[in-house]
Amino acid sequence: MQWQFWIIQTLNSVAFGGLLFLLSSGFSLIFGLMRIPNLAHGAFFMLGTYFGYTLLQKGLHFWPAALLGGIGVGLLGIALERFILRKLSGNEQGQVLVTLGVSFIIADICLLVWTGDPMPLAAPQSLRRPLLFAGFAFPTYRLVVLGIALVAAVGLYLLMERTRLGAMIRAGVDDMEMARGVGIPVSRLFTTVFLLGATLAGIGGVLGGPILTAYPGLDADMLPLALIVVILGGAGSLLGAFVGSFVVGFLYNFGIALAPDLAYFVLFFPMVLVLVFLPQGLFGRVQI
Amino acid sequence: MKRGSIIALIVAAVVLLAVPRIIVNEFYVNMASQVLIYALFALSINLMLGYGGMVSLGHAAYLGVAGYTCILLTITGYDQLTAALLAILFSTLFAAFFGVLSLRAPGLGFIMITLAIGQIVWGIAYRANDLTGGDNGIRLPARPMPFGIDIRDAASFYYFTLVVFVIALFFLWRFSRSPFGASLMGTRDQPRRMRMLGHNVWLIRLLTFVMAGFWGSVASILFVYYNLFLSPHALGLQQSAEILLMAILGGASSLTGPIVGAVIITLVKNVASTYVERWNTLLGMIFVIVIMFMPLGIVPGCKHLWRRLQDRRKKSTPAKITASEPAA
Repeated sequence: MQWQFWIIQTLNSVAFGGLLFLLSSGFSLIFGLMRIPNLAHGAFFMLGTYFGYTLLQKGLHFWPAALLGGIGVGLLGIALERFILRKLSGNEQGQVLVTLGVSFIIADICLLVWTGDPMPLAAPQSLRRPLLFAGFAFPTYRLVVLGIALVAAVGLYLLMERTRLGAMIRAGVDDMEMARGVGIPVSRLFTTVFLLGATLAGIGGVLGGPILTAYPGLDADMLPLALIVVILGGAGSLLGAFVGSFVVGFLYNFGIALAPDLAYFVLFFPMVLVLVFLPQGLFGRVQI
Repeated sequence: MKRGSIIALIVAAVVLLAVPRIIVNEFYVNMASQVLIYALFALSINLMLGYGGMVSLGHAAYLGVAGYTCILLTITGYDQLTAALLAILFSTLFAAFFGVLSLRAPGLGFIMITLAIGQIVWGIAYRANDLTGGDNGIRLPARPMPFGIDIRDAASFYYFTLVVFVIALFFLWRFSRSPFGASLMGTRDQPRRMRMLGHNVWLIRLLTFVMAGFWGSVASILFVYYNLFLSPHALGLQQSAEILLMAILGGASSLTGPIVGAVIITLVKNVASTYVERWNTLLGMIFVIVIMFMPLGIVPGCKHLWRRLQDRRKKSTPAKITASEPAA
């Protein structure tokens, strides 16, 4: 029984880490490129979960719902970048505060539309039965979520390291002015990265639905976790977001399972250590 | 001080003193106390924002640290004054710790770290059931009697708040005129030059952070005395954002700005929440609109407009003279 507990908790932790990666990789890329923390990212995640809920209610299958939910949130991300952030270009402080304002509006509209009751999303039928292996039961759905996160990580890695777009984004992250100087369309990159980040957050939200359920306040629970991931891993670094996500996933999940009173304190401690000894994060390209 | 501002100050003082006499209704007197408390919060965050150019989204953390400490100490049996002083001391020390951490990152990383710290304090308050009562919150047994004066009714509590507020305002006014205030503004505008001139930019910022934390803690104690209750809802991100918005809305570069902002936001919040449930949407919209269209805030915006009007008036009079000169 003891073994079962540790195995399940470990699996929960990595699955949660995978969700965090979907959330924070986009956050980190946006931060790295545009130099602003998108404080609406938690709200994007929550909106994805609610979109997923409604799409499932409409009778859609889980995977198309996840994709559509992600795209919906992605379009909203484009709108935020095009119509609001662009108007404030150069005023980075204003941009951050606007994203915060937008996150309040999104959260409140979610409350209006989907009420305050928690709404569980149903996992796909075929994945609801636990996987039995070597005498232990594994929750299948969480394994699949982890798998998707890993695929997304590899995909993002290839995108960033092997494609022209990725090279341009990396150039923008490293030296914005120089990138502009050599003719990289940086402002179009902003939109692309925002689309990418918001879509990932939205998909993460739908995938997280069966694990976390949709409830008001989900945004405020997820946003600080994404911030801590980026503080730990370093902004603008995919590897940093990856490592940070799983570290935070483990700490948070085991913190809640073993010492619920101290769950947040457990998160605070590594953040302090990293800030004191490695202020740019473990793998930071940009100084936060 | 110019004569105009002295008159304005006297008028303001008379009005503030007369508030409980003019509006006898207890509900509105209480609202006035609330405005003063929030104004103190906004002024304290503005030390960082307006003079130091540091945007903090974790200011409600002091509400948590100072507020819970004060209540818990009172419950364990300390007398009110000791509890309040210890709470402020503890919370100020915390501010120093937060400051050291937050200032590790320049620029926008600062926002991120303060937000993370603020949310962690919120999370601890929310989760640590045994200590803080979790979601249900805890109450302060009774309003204190500072030096034996009864401040339990609305009017006398208002005067108590006013006294604290005036002391704080005087301090902050002195601060904004002091050499230290000037060097702080220097680090906001030209950190590299300040460094070259031999100023310790980091230390100046840290001291400001601690000072803001101190006044934030004082405001927190007033908040707890006013509500006699504290729950994690009071120290969420929304609270920090509201306080920050007050300072930005009113105008961060002046001393009057945050006060005006606090008056507007507190009144709008109280009025709006009686009619509509959607205060958060409204808050978000005010945020977006202010930042997009009124980046300097209301007070500097109005001053600017006033100066332009006066300039035009001045210009129009000498213009006539020069125009008439050639004729003569």
